[in-house]
Amino acid sequence: MAQNPIQSTATTRNQRVVVASRRRTDTWARRVFFVITVLPIGLIAVVLIGLLYRSWPILSRYPLVDLLFGVDWKPSEGRFGFYSFIVGTVWVTVVGVGLAIPPCILVAIYLAEYAGARIRLLAKPILDVLAAIPPVVYGVWGLLSVVPLVETVLGPWSQQLLGFWGLFAVQQPTGFSVLAGGIVLAVMITPLIIAVIFEIFNTVPVDLRNASLAIGATRWETIQRVLLPQVMPGIIAAIVLGASRAFGETIAVLMVVGNIAQVPHSLFDAAYPLPALIANNYGEMMSIPLYDAALLCAALILLVIILLFNIFATVVLKRFVK
Amino acid sequence: MRLQPWNRRHLIERIMQIAMIGSLVIVGLCLGAILWTIIARGLPSLTWQMISQTPKGGFYMGKEGGVLNAILGSLYLASGATALAIVFALPIALYLQTYLATSGWAQLVRLALDVLWGIPSIVYGAFGFTLMIVLGVRASLLAGIIVLALVELPIMTRAMDEVIRRLPRDLAQAALALGSTKLEVALRVVIPQTLPGIVTAVLLAFGRGIGDAAAVLFTAGYTDRIPTSLLRATASLPLAVFFQLGTPYPEVRERGYASALILTIIVLLVSFGSRWLAARLQRYTVK
Amino acid sequence: MSAHIDVTNLNVFYGKQQALTNVSISIPRQQITVIMGPSGCGKTTLLKSFNRFLELTDGTTITGAVHVDGQNIYAGDVDVTAVRKRVGLLAQRPTPLPMSIYDNVCYGMSIHQMRTSKADYTAAVQHYLELAGLWDEVKTRLHEPATSLSIGQQQRLCLARGLAVEPEVILGDEPTSALDPISSQHIEKRMLELKSQYTTVIVTHTLRQAKRLADYVIFMYMGEVVEAGVAREVFSNPQQERTRQYLEGVF
Ligand SMILES: Nc1ncnc2c1ncn2[C@@H]1O[C@H](COP(=O)(O)OP(=O)(O)O)[C@@H](O)[C@H]1O
Ligand SMILES: [Mg+2]
Repeated sequence: MAQNPIQSTATTRNQRVVVASRRRTDTWARRVFFVITVLPIGLIAVVLIGLLYRSWPILSRYPLVDLLFGVDWKPSEGRFGFYSFIVGTVWVTVVGVGLAIPPCILVAIYLAEYAGARIRLLAKPILDVLAAIPPVVYGVWGLLSVVPLVETVLGPWSQQLLGFWGLFAVQQPTGFSVLAGGIVLAVMITPLIIAVIFEIFNTVPVDLRNASLAIGATRWETIQRVLLPQVMPGIIAAIVLGASRAFGETIAVLMVVGNIAQVPHSLFDAAYPLPALIANNYGEMMSIPLYDAALLCAALILLVIILLFNIFATVVLKRFVK
Repeated sequence: MRLQPWNRRHLIERIMQIAMIGSLVIVGLCLGAILWTIIARGLPSLTWQMISQTPKGGFYMGKEGGVLNAILGSLYLASGATALAIVFALPIALYLQTYLATSGWAQLVRLALDVLWGIPSIVYGAFGFTLMIVLGVRASLLAGIIVLALVELPIMTRAMDEVIRRLPRDLAQAALALGSTKLEVALRVVIPQTLPGIVTAVLLAFGRGIGDAAAVLFTAGYTDRIPTSLLRATASLPLAVFFQLGTPYPEVRERGYASALILTIIVLLVSFGSRWLAARLQRYTVK
Repeated sequence: MSAHIDVTNLNVFYGKQQALTNVSISIPRQQITVIMGPSGCGKTTLLKSFNRFLELTDGTTITGAVHVDGQNIYAGDVDVTAVRKRVGLLAQRPTPLPMSIYDNVCYGMSIHQMRTSKADYTAAVQHYLELAGLWDEVKTRLHEPATSLSIGQQQRLCLARGLAVEPEVILGDEPTSALDPISSQHIEKRMLELKSQYTTVIVTHTLRQAKRLADYVIFMYMGEVVEAGVAREVFSNPQQERTRQYLEGVF
């Protein structure tokens, strides 16, 4: 801390008391601040340990392999296999992220490398509003627009054109499907992915672009050969971040995926992701033994996967922020 | 040096540009489609009764009433959670920037916040609910507020952290050189200078909080009455939408769409309001 | 004197601020032209008008014409990448691309598909590194990242990279200002060696460097060309008061 030596020798007793008390307030504040600041670290630990503790009854009773890879879900008979829920979550996430990746990368590159100030000004509120819309509203949109679209347009098309290929065959023509969930998720995670990729492109020095352009490269050649190799880890991290968001999304997905406990085999099959499982059954869990432990175990699985995703993404992205 | 537009290189350039603009248009159209759907389906049932009354008997079968309980419940929940989150977020953001700067602790705390940000609200909700069972607490406004505050905390803190980071270093340095303690710098220089950004961060978190359904699903409960105490259960708009859509009565589902429109309007007002407010406040900071 | 670049009535605005006013000059072929003038007078702007780099800045307005070999590079149907291939630029600070030394030199050649076989590329890499006076220092480490070179070496690598696309004109925006004296000498030496093959235009703010290099000088002040002419004459007998003041170090 900077002090003024001349001033401190010249202070009267009274002033010195004031200085000392200010100093004391600062020290005291520093301690309180420190405690508050490390709370987030503690919070993660508490949530983890809490969930672990509460799901211990089931974790200690069944081997982990049976829980993770068992397909039987009959809580009243004491059978708790999470496999179809885990696979359902993965399906919905992969479809959502897969649909989101190409447009997100293109839009982010466009905004970072091509667009002038006016287009950026136009695009920002679009992305802000997409980010602000609550999940349940996405769910309503999914229910009113996406599910009917899948049911009446995409499904029949797919069945006609690609029906021979299991992935695109329509067995359950209700529209409540992995694809509907994926479409809703794709739109939901778009603003996040675009924002992160845009920021990463902005960290690349302008000089690098100029060096390439000065040689007569086109803009796309510059992006492809100079910028993309530089930012690729960041793009992957952005996608992982989007995936982790999609992985844990509850209400919006729950409203459109059908919630049937099965391993989906086609984009048009219904699925039952983990978050939906928790949300749908939490109210009634107290009546069946081990049910609450099972649901908290589902939350724990969700949490652990998302922690890993997030830590990976954050560590990679850190390299870009100097 | 004539441009040959059909030359391979220029063709690729053109195609990529079209793909990029096309993608931007698609994203814009998605937003348009969402807003259009919500407005077109929600507006017909959006009556004055919807926003001025609580559910009356038979509401869930299509009879009289509105969702005032949910609107107020959501405002209480989000306001309470935001207030609670500020109490922690502001000290953390200030401490990160003014005391810790870029030390190992700061990195760790930022990592923790980013990770917390990524935890889905359903996990917070489930965790909160177990905690409530252990403590013997029933679903209530207070429990909802606490869990929502957990959801909002990382969003708010990281947003504040970013704003404070952008504050020019010399401003704080100058104040320190004048003999101010770090606390005084934080309170008298950093906060006033970054007020627009702090307000944006707070409203961002508020918007996120008011729209979250999964966190309040088990913790805040649901009731037709307007909450009168922190310890009573409360309704919330996202859950009102969710529950109304779950009924078999078309009239009730129509009102669910109207509720979604109300929620959307509130969230958009908060989003645009925060930008407007930040721009207003910007004038009072030293450049 | 046959002019290689002809600038007529060039006006450049950054937003509303005018950076160049009615600039009309000719740059002689295969000589070194040095642009001088106090900081902020528009030297960089003039230089960037020769390879259409100005349009990379948002909100610039350009009027007038720049003819390279008799063709207006600001005409509507001109291929910017072809212009930049013919008019190379050596930046103020060396900017190696984030790839190996070898790939840096190959970069432009492969983009313009100027060679067909791997062996041709390798031979070309050696040739241009030699032209830039860097070959002996890097021949054993061609596949190391370019950023592992010293700043001075990086600038010569950038020179080699620019030469590899066979430009007719080389622009240098204070290309030695970021370098130590020895490295600067290296670059100056290359410039002098290469001037019989290339038209060279260099911005510099050190008078001594200008005197060492220039065949032809352009003196600018506040966005206008004050005086232009054969170096010997301008240095010994400037016609304009401002030029005289600048040469005497008044600015
Ligand atoms: N990107 C820019 N935006 C706005 N003004 C600029 C920009 N680049 C240069 N200028 C202005 O144009 C004038 C000429 O700049 P420049 O050509 O860089 O001068 P020099 O290279 O001689 O120092 C200066 O007044 C400068 O402030
Ligand atoms: Mg300059």
